Amino acid sequence: MILEGQKLTIGYPDRVVGSGLDVRLENGEVLALLGPNGGGKTTLLKTLLGLLRPKAGEVRLGGAALSLRGIRQRAQLIAYVPQTHIATFAFPVETVVLMGRTAHGGLFARPTAKDRMVAMSALERLGIAQLAPRPYTMISGGERQLVLLARALAQEPQFIVLDEPTANLDFGNQGKVMREIRALAASGLGVLFTTHDPNHALRAADRACLLRGGEIVAEGRVRDILTQAQLEALYDAPVQMISGADGTAFVPG
Amino acid sequence: MKPSRSTLPGFSLAIAVLIAGLLLALTVGRYPVGLGDLFSVLAAKLGGHRADVPPAVESVILQVRGPRVLAAMLVGAALAVAGTAFQGLFRNPLVSPDILGASSGAALGAVIGIYLSLSVFAIQAVAFFGGLIAVAAVYIIGASVRSRDPILVLVLTGVVVGGLFGAGVGLVKYLADPYNQLPAMTFWLLGSLSSTTVPDLLPLFGPVALGTAVLVALRWRMNVMSLPEEEARALGVATGPLRVAIVAAATLVTSASVATAGIIGWVGLVVPHLARSLVGPDFAKLLPAAAILGGGYLLVIDTLARTLAQVEIPLGILTAVIGTPFFIWLLASMQKTWS
Repeated sequence: MILEGQKLTIGYPDRVVGSGLDVRLENGEVLALLGPNGGGKTTLLKTLLGLLRPKAGEVRLGGAALSLRGIRQRAQLIAYVPQTHIATFAFPVETVVLMGRTAHGGLFARPTAKDRMVAMSALERLGIAQLAPRPYTMISGGERQLVLLARALAQEPQFIVLDEPTANLDFGNQGKVMREIRALAASGLGVLFTTHDPNHALRAADRACLLRGGEIVAEGRVRDILTQAQLEALYDAPVQMISGADGTAFVPG
Repeated sequence: MKPSRSTLPGFSLAIAVLIAGLLLALTVGRYPVGLGDLFSVLAAKLGGHRADVPPAVESVILQVRGPRVLAAMLVGAALAVAGTAFQGLFRNPLVSPDILGASSGAALGAVIGIYLSLSVFAIQAVAFFGGLIAVAAVYIIGASVRSRDPILVLVLTGVVVGGLFGAGVGLVKYLADPYNQLPAMTFWLLGSLSSTTVPDLLPLFGPVALGTAVLVALRWRMNVMSLPEEEARALGVATGPLRVAIVAAATLVTSASVATAGIIGWVGLVVPHLARSLVGPDFAKLLPAAAILGGGYLLVIDTLARTLAQVEIPLGILTAVIGTPFFIWLLASMQKTWS
């Protein structure tokens, strides 16, 4: 299955954020979206999710226009992992993950035994089954990010879209989320994530898309386009490249 | 780090409050009734034979206190259920049914009804439609203002429209006959169950049951609706139509109770909180717990209202005396967890 945006003009009712955007994501592949703040990353993400209507162009999913699919059907195909936030009410982690099953039930439906099994196996897959009974408000930021990822897995989608999944995470949890993203792609899902760290794109993504001022300035395989020159142009700031036997890393200069 | 717990103790406590409230409300008063007499009257009524007690006792229990007790339970449950729904919908534990102008709209309808010397039933009907009109106005204005934070717009519109309807209430009171109409209006605006009779119960029960049934049917979707708007939509919930349905159901429930008992504030704020601390935030359990606890809470309040002093104390005054410090405590304790 393919998720793609064709000649998208994105933005809000009162302003245009970007135009002429072409994005394409296939099952089993990871695409990283990089760019300076205000460049349109989040707006593009929400447009591809169907949360924002494109002002021009079209988002297509599996060969059909996304806008023609109902909201439940969309949620069965694309899952969204937002940036973590403090919830208002102290739902147990298990209930938060169960909310991922909502699109698989009717308007008046309650989670079934099968839904509970799917939710628990999503928690187990991420190694956080022991969190299930804990209130979502009482766990750490890193744990919360993993819980939201488990909720997306419980949706059993074809694509997962993550908004800065490594923001607010400690070093160890950043690595864990990157590993999980690779594992998701290996199991056949298409993954799209935004990040401020080119190293995360190098590590976890197959392709990268560089977004600046509402335009895609470069797009391609991470090895090809994540270069010192591209990154310096993208962020308008000096960047140092450190190369070693095990690979390459970038640090802000 | 408390683990997720069984809700059985919470429900048991709520039911205990309701039973205690029932016993208190039926026995305590200017004409005290012993527990033994109470049980023999109830057993006789259920068994269809005459009780072995003085007729005055039976009359106090069945004719005087009975309808009032039922009305207190229904109104308390209704306000608590509506408050629970609004708090979830607005993702804010500090909102209550008053927030969308339901109470002030119903109040304006009622004072106009009293001013026009309408019948009691007609006053209730006008109050009911006043509440619905106020919420519809809030909703239409709120929806037509384009904003990225529709919830905030809705709440602010509710405050503004509520203020306008409040001014309308002030105008009608100013124009009213100070000897016949004004006392009735004032008493009604402060909330009371003292004139509740059996015929009042059906127009209260019908809308409360209908609105509550809708909310209970949507209980899982309401859990998801307590997430941020975009998250709920990404999970497959059509938030727009669902919000209209929940607001309509909660307003129906609020208007029916305001039309019967007048303005009784704070119940819809305090009780959902207590219920949440007993059984947790899952609406499948929270809604019934809030209904049970709300019924018991208003029974206790109403019993206090008619026994504390020589004259009846309006319910709204007692609920405010309890609710205001509760709200301040809540505000102070939430800042700790929110920051």
